[in-house]
Amino acid sequence: MNLDALLDCVAASSCLATQISAGLIIGMLLFLVACGLTLIFGVLGVINFTHGSFYMMGAYIALTTFQTTGSYALAVLASTLGVALFGVIFERFFMARVYGADVLMQLLVCYAFILILDDMAKIVWGADFRAMGMPEAFVLPPLRVAGGFLPPFYLFLAAVTVAIAITLGVVIAKTRFGKIVRAAAANRQMVGVLGINTALLYAAVFALGSALAGIAGALAAPVRSVVPGMGFSILIESFIVTVIGGMGSIAGAFVASILVGITRSFGSIGFPLFTDGTMFVFMALVLLIKPTGLFGRRPG
Amino acid sequence: MMRRSALLEAALTAVACLAVTTLCLALGSKPLMDIVLRLAIFGLFALSLNILIGYTGLISFGHAMFFGFGAYAFGLLMQARGVSIPVAFAIAVLATAALAVVVGALCIRLTAIYFAFLTLAFQMLVHAIILGWVSLTGGDQGLRGGIPRPVFLGVNLADPRHFFVFACVVAFASIFLIRQILEAPFGYTLRVIRDNADRARALGVPVQRYKLAAFVFAGVFAAVAGILMSLYVSGAYPNFAFWTQSGDAIFMIMLGGISVFLGPIVGAAVFLLLNDTITRFTEYNGLVLGIVLLCVVLGLRAGLLDVVIRLMAGAPVRPASVTTETPV
Repeated sequence: MNLDALLDCVAASSCLATQISAGLIIGMLLFLVACGLTLIFGVLGVINFTHGSFYMMGAYIALTTFQTTGSYALAVLASTLGVALFGVIFERFFMARVYGADVLMQLLVCYAFILILDDMAKIVWGADFRAMGMPEAFVLPPLRVAGGFLPPFYLFLAAVTVAIAITLGVVIAKTRFGKIVRAAAANRQMVGVLGINTALLYAAVFALGSALAGIAGALAAPVRSVVPGMGFSILIESFIVTVIGGMGSIAGAFVASILVGITRSFGSIGFPLFTDGTMFVFMALVLLIKPTGLFGRRPG
Repeated sequence: MMRRSALLEAALTAVACLAVTTLCLALGSKPLMDIVLRLAIFGLFALSLNILIGYTGLISFGHAMFFGFGAYAFGLLMQARGVSIPVAFAIAVLATAALAVVVGALCIRLTAIYFAFLTLAFQMLVHAIILGWVSLTGGDQGLRGGIPRPVFLGVNLADPRHFFVFACVVAFASIFLIRQILEAPFGYTLRVIRDNADRARALGVPVQRYKLAAFVFAGVFAAVAGILMSLYVSGAYPNFAFWTQSGDAIFMIMLGGISVFLGPIVGAAVFLLLNDTITRFTEYNGLVLGIVLLCVVLGLRAGLLDVVIRLMAGAPVRPASVTTETPV
């Protein structure tokens, strides 16, 4: 524990700005992953345990695309589409077969895929840490905000995430697809009875959720090291986010992601060896005070 | 008073225990003793988890926290000197029970997938503490320096043969106790809660208290497995409390079958043999295990012993409906 360092940092505006921006970046990536997780859960009622592996896959696809073509835009696109496609295949051929079954079955199918995908990544890309490098467009001197340094890529990452969050909010609130999604979250069976093709809906929602994980992976590739197993840690974090924010709530996921991001970034100064632990303590507190999460609607 | 059937089972367990241990000792084969020891440890661990998964319907994905906690608690007590093995054993088990009460009280408020993830999160917290508290636990290096094994009651655990007998007796006694717990009215109440919690509540069963008790029992026996493990490897490592350890246990349960009492132990045996065989051919054992798991889950939809029981009953190998079978 290093509370002095934490207090010093909070007192200095430069450290404060750096840590807040770092926390926001963690939060933004977390939001993209958690948002897909919570969306799939809301509509299909299953937790996609492999969601972290989708994020990993996105990062690796971005890495390879960027290193072969040199275009970061293309890398983001390839990750998004590639992971969405994989998500649909995974949903149609594997998850769809255990929807009616016990939660244990769903958990096991996902667990099997985590094992398989991690090893596939090791076979294709090797077990070592890989770095993608910063795309040229973002190789600029860092901006100075309140005495702290802010890499330009952070701004891009935050802008993209906020744009996605707003688009998603509008789509769900205003469009026909959004209405169906909300209806399915309230009562899946009734949506099917009313003549909506639920198989198509499930595949579409899974594709959307996976695409978000893919984008997150592509956005993380320049700033994080890419390694097999990176999916699992973000899965745990995004689960914590959904628990804190409230299962099925996108607004909750956004607020909770930022809170967790900030907790992590300041936790790394105050409790360097217990950074992960600070998140769990935060989650336990929320569960004790409000078990449904900050924005939760129904009790777990 | 024990029932007569219970006495008979106790006698059978004792005979089985005696037979296995004497056979292994008589053969004196080190690899055979190793595999029996690992089977005793992981079989007990998987069996303890099945109290929750198979009998109470609580899918815990964080069971390894008790395995790891028991191992570390025991190892640390022994290294602190001046403690005899039975005392350290008892304290480690009690400490794990206390941990299980706290974690369980928080987790059982949630159901199904929420419960699974919450237990997973607590397990990661325990893992994070083990990694972070370097001065106490040795961090990612694990608990090193070996675990002292002072002689108690004429038992010298430093002698591999003594340890082998000790581990077998402890494992068999634990398995027998779990059987007793599950065959007692308490165990049948757990099955009612699993099948219909509302009905149990309507009948006046304090459901939450029963769930918590099941959680603590499961945690305690996981700790016993963890203690045996720490003695076996003479140390404790952070991956004892890592999520893959819990995943492996669920894998074993699924492989053997959750509807039969001994399913998890058969599953553990198959898993260990499978894992040893795969590791001999490829380093990518996750890939192979994942594919095997997919085939079992999607193909059979049941464990090996479930299928045997179905065949004996003349039922089709694969059920028509997609529900998991549960122990009766």
